[in-house]
Amino acid sequence: MDAAATFQPNAAEAGIDRSLIVRNLTKAYRAGQPVLRDVSIAFAPRGVTAVIGPSGTGKSTLIRCINRLVDPTAGELLFRGDDLAKLRGRALREARRRIGMVFQEYNLVERLTVIENVLCGRLGYVPVWRAWARRFDSKDVDRAFQLIDAVGLTAFATQRADQLSGGQRQRVGIARALMQEPDLILADEPTSSLDPKTSVEIMELIASRAGERDIPAIVNIHNVALARRFADRIIGMSKGSIVFDGKPQELEDSHLLQIYGGEGWLE
Amino acid sequence: MSQAGPVQPRVAFPPNWTSRIVTVAICAYVVYAAQIVDFTWARFLTGLDQGRRFVARMFPPDFSADKLDLLYGGLVESMQIAILATVFGTLISLPLGIAAARNLAPAPIAWAARGAIALFRTLHPIVIAILFVKAVGFGALAGTLALTVASVGFVSKLVAEAVEEMSMAQVEAVRATGASFASVIVMGVFPQVMPRFIGFTAYELDSNLRNSALVGIVGGGGIGAPLFTAFQRFDYDFVLTIVLAIIAIVMVGEVVSGWMRRLFQ
Repeated sequence: MDAAATFQPNAAEAGIDRSLIVRNLTKAYRAGQPVLRDVSIAFAPRGVTAVIGPSGTGKSTLIRCINRLVDPTAGELLFRGDDLAKLRGRALREARRRIGMVFQEYNLVERLTVIENVLCGRLGYVPVWRAWARRFDSKDVDRAFQLIDAVGLTAFATQRADQLSGGQRQRVGIARALMQEPDLILADEPTSSLDPKTSVEIMELIASRAGERDIPAIVNIHNVALARRFADRIIGMSKGSIVFDGKPQELEDSHLLQIYGGEGWLE
Repeated sequence: MSQAGPVQPRVAFPPNWTSRIVTVAICAYVVYAAQIVDFTWARFLTGLDQGRRFVARMFPPDFSADKLDLLYGGLVESMQIAILATVFGTLISLPLGIAAARNLAPAPIAWAARGAIALFRTLHPIVIAILFVKAVGFGALAGTLALTVASVGFVSKLVAEAVEEMSMAQVEAVRATGASFASVIVMGVFPQVMPRFIGFTAYELDSNLRNSALVGIVGGGGIGAPLFTAFQRFDYDFVLTIVLAIIAIVMVGEVVSGWMRRLFQ
């Protein structure tokens, strides 16, 4: 069929506003000790934003508040006409399925195969009995295979996730996120557990797939060079607040000292 | 050291008087209790003599046709009790164990489920069997229900522990896709817990095969009833036949459960 020939595995729906507005976001895991302090950012409807900053500065919390793996203490998260911070139950699940997430430790279900992990990206759409019986829609299965091809794991599709290397696992993680047909990709230190070469490949994959889908990606990252290379915008955080927000070429050593503190490590 | 004054000798292992006193007290009580219940060598020797006669009367084991019929009927019923109790017990244990896992279930549900499990575990299967025999009457139904309850008590606690020990990172990732709670369980929890659950089931089948021989003694059906009758009628040769058969069944059960574990790895 002609439809099959023109089938785009990674094409996004047109005409949707994918901008994300974070307003006065605060999160305190313990009362009186906020990890995020009154953060406000407007994310454009496309492009890669890198969030840099020292460990424990609230980068992960920021990302996890967006898809509500963490519940914010106060503030608004406006996305596609909803305040994500207020959603519960079904509405929250429906918002989550539009947001793909890539994790530092890949967080694949180890005992499932690669394709089962990728198909997990459809769980927001598929009734539980279908998932249980592995009777996924054949269109979903086809798309899962195409995504696995696209991330270069064709030969591993039916292997169990615990047999893969770190870089291969992260590719599965990205395919899982793309399988959701997301309107937004969140990546929480996606390269921190990987070697330098693989890190570049993974960032390249995230940036190119997000660009191809024309959706925004928010990436927490420790590696400033990678952030400069792949991001359209860099946000620097320190102690729960934003201390830098600009284009990669505007990020100077003085900013890095302000973000990470200390002296001498930059030389 | 340049400190003045007499040097204190350092003690590497200071005496622990509490533990010494407790040890002495336990030893004293053991000796006292042994006297009270006549747990003595002289009593043992008297017993040995009786034991010799008992064992002598066991041989040769009774393989006559009518006894084998009785044996066969009882064994088949025991195996049915064991298999039914294992299937129902483990199937109930899976949701109950998940409900009792504090990392998935909300606190009130987890505590309620833990309460139920604790209740099932309080009584020995034989005591539960007596209760069921009184409640639903003699026969295999009572034995099956008793062993089901006992299985639920044992397996659901282990399932809860397995669920609490699994990787929440994997669960979190599935949840982040927008999956419903049921889908998170099926795709995020089951794959992690299943191998251990199969192990528990295999162990429980093993244990139920052994216990199913017991529930018959209190009227719960199976091989226990003929065994108890044979004892009371001093048919020790038939007792030996039954005991040999039970040993064979338990060994076969062990092979089957090992095979099950490998199959579902």
